[in-house]
Amino acid sequence: MASTSTLWQPSCSIEMLKSRAELYAQVRAFFCARRVIEVETPLLSVSTATDPQLESVGASLKTGFGLEGKPYFLNTSPEFPMKRLLAAESGAIYQICKTFRNGESSRRHNPEFSMLEWYRPGFSLHQLMVEMTELISAVLEPVDITKMSYQSAFKHYLDIDPFDVDIDSLAKLARSLTDYQGPEMTRDDYLNLLLCVCIEPHLGIDDGDMLSPVFLYDYPPSQASLANVYQNDDGIEVAQRFELYIRGLELANGYFELTDVAEHGRRFDEDNHARKELGLPTIPIDQNFLAALESGLPICSGVALGLDRLLMVKENTNAIADVLAFPIDRA
Amino acid sequence: MANYSSSEFRSGLKVMLDGDPCIMLENESVKPGKGQAFNRVKLRNLSTGRVWERTFKSSESLEAADVMEYDMEYLYTDGEFWHFMMTDGSFEQHGADEKAVGDCIKWLKEQDQYTVTLYNGAPLSVTPPNFVELEVTETDPGLKGDTAQGGTKPATFSSGATINVPLFINIGEVLRVDTRTGEYVSRAKS
Repeated sequence: MASTSTLWQPSCSIEMLKSRAELYAQVRAFFCARRVIEVETPLLSVSTATDPQLESVGASLKTGFGLEGKPYFLNTSPEFPMKRLLAAESGAIYQICKTFRNGESSRRHNPEFSMLEWYRPGFSLHQLMVEMTELISAVLEPVDITKMSYQSAFKHYLDIDPFDVDIDSLAKLARSLTDYQGPEMTRDDYLNLLLCVCIEPHLGIDDGDMLSPVFLYDYPPSQASLANVYQNDDGIEVAQRFELYIRGLELANGYFELTDVAEHGRRFDEDNHARKELGLPTIPIDQNFLAALESGLPICSGVALGLDRLLMVKENTNAIADVLAFPIDRA
Repeated sequence: MANYSSSEFRSGLKVMLDGDPCIMLENESVKPGKGQAFNRVKLRNLSTGRVWERTFKSSESLEAADVMEYDMEYLYTDGEFWHFMMTDGSFEQHGADEKAVGDCIKWLKEQDQYTVTLYNGAPLSVTPPNFVELEVTETDPGLKGDTAQGGTKPATFSSGATINVPLFINIGEVLRVDTRTGEYVSRAKS
């Protein structure tokens, strides 16, 4: 065991710092050429995401001299303030910022990570997937677009229809394929388990030496988050959401954005209800965000991309610590 | 014993699962873009040696197993138990049965040190050091001058193990053996 600590040193190489700087310069050039404006929004907010599976990092903030600290949250994504800018008619915008997710630490997760989020007024979900492919082609290597619906992925890899399978068969399959023996879970939990363990590792595996990214799209409505829900050509209700995978790694999550203010309220209430059931604190609804929706969010698509993970793909590593100067154990 | 929550899972952790003590070999957190996080854990059952992967959801926890490893000196066998003695000065003795000794039986030499895993105070398994030095008790006569060729022949040791050795080895020689692979390393330095 080393007696002298080396934890002061960066965990990535100096070459990696240069590679990240080059990647950011390429991303900025990409959006500059397309006249998408770079914006900044606060990392600290009085509200945060309501998703019961996301835990925000809290902060106590004094907003004036001699005042008591008030509870604030570090953002889990810049989604709400960026949508406020869209409602204020900003037009197409992007942001590169830090985001924070409490308790998320693993080989591929760091509780503080870098995100690229952008919004395109007037874009459909599929147009945004095309632009995402163009970005990947600009910063990594020229790639072809491969799209697979959520339903066809489950049919292809597991021979089940995720929208039709009954909960008992689903639970039985998930338990047998993953040796999960814990308590009964929800339908979405079993689907997520199967997706993570049995499908994700096959998605976006290199075709020879070439990258072959895969978009999964059209998720179950129960996993819509803030994506719009519509009836597809097969008459099935799906959430207009996609995720991008490269080498089995999930890189991005995009939506054709929900604009209906009443539906937002309903989904937030549902999240807070689920939070109570799980014994988690409820989240105060962001009133500024609701007011912005009330004023009118333009029809748009938006996506959040993990920049550390993009750098992991660029540099061909599967550990996030390899691309961070100081991961959380050195922070 | 204490409980470990899934956030504390890591390789080397000893836990109870289905009534058996197990050691975690790998732990991988998986999480979809939105939704429940899971832990994919590779475990070895310390009683049966079986290795398998199991999944836990993020709120699950496991009971810690009362499993400790000690350096002990092998003393003797009475045919039913193999007796080991603590090397910490306590001279405390533990008898391991055939199941606990397992494959290690063929590497046992009196007065050598082994790692004995105790579960609830009783020997659960015995692990030999990576290298042991044993005396050859049985092999064909050595072929003089045949030191460079790759030929091998079987040789049996005082402990009962039989491995392949170079042709020049004779009965009575002490050899260094890698217990992980069961391969000859060299003649022991005297």
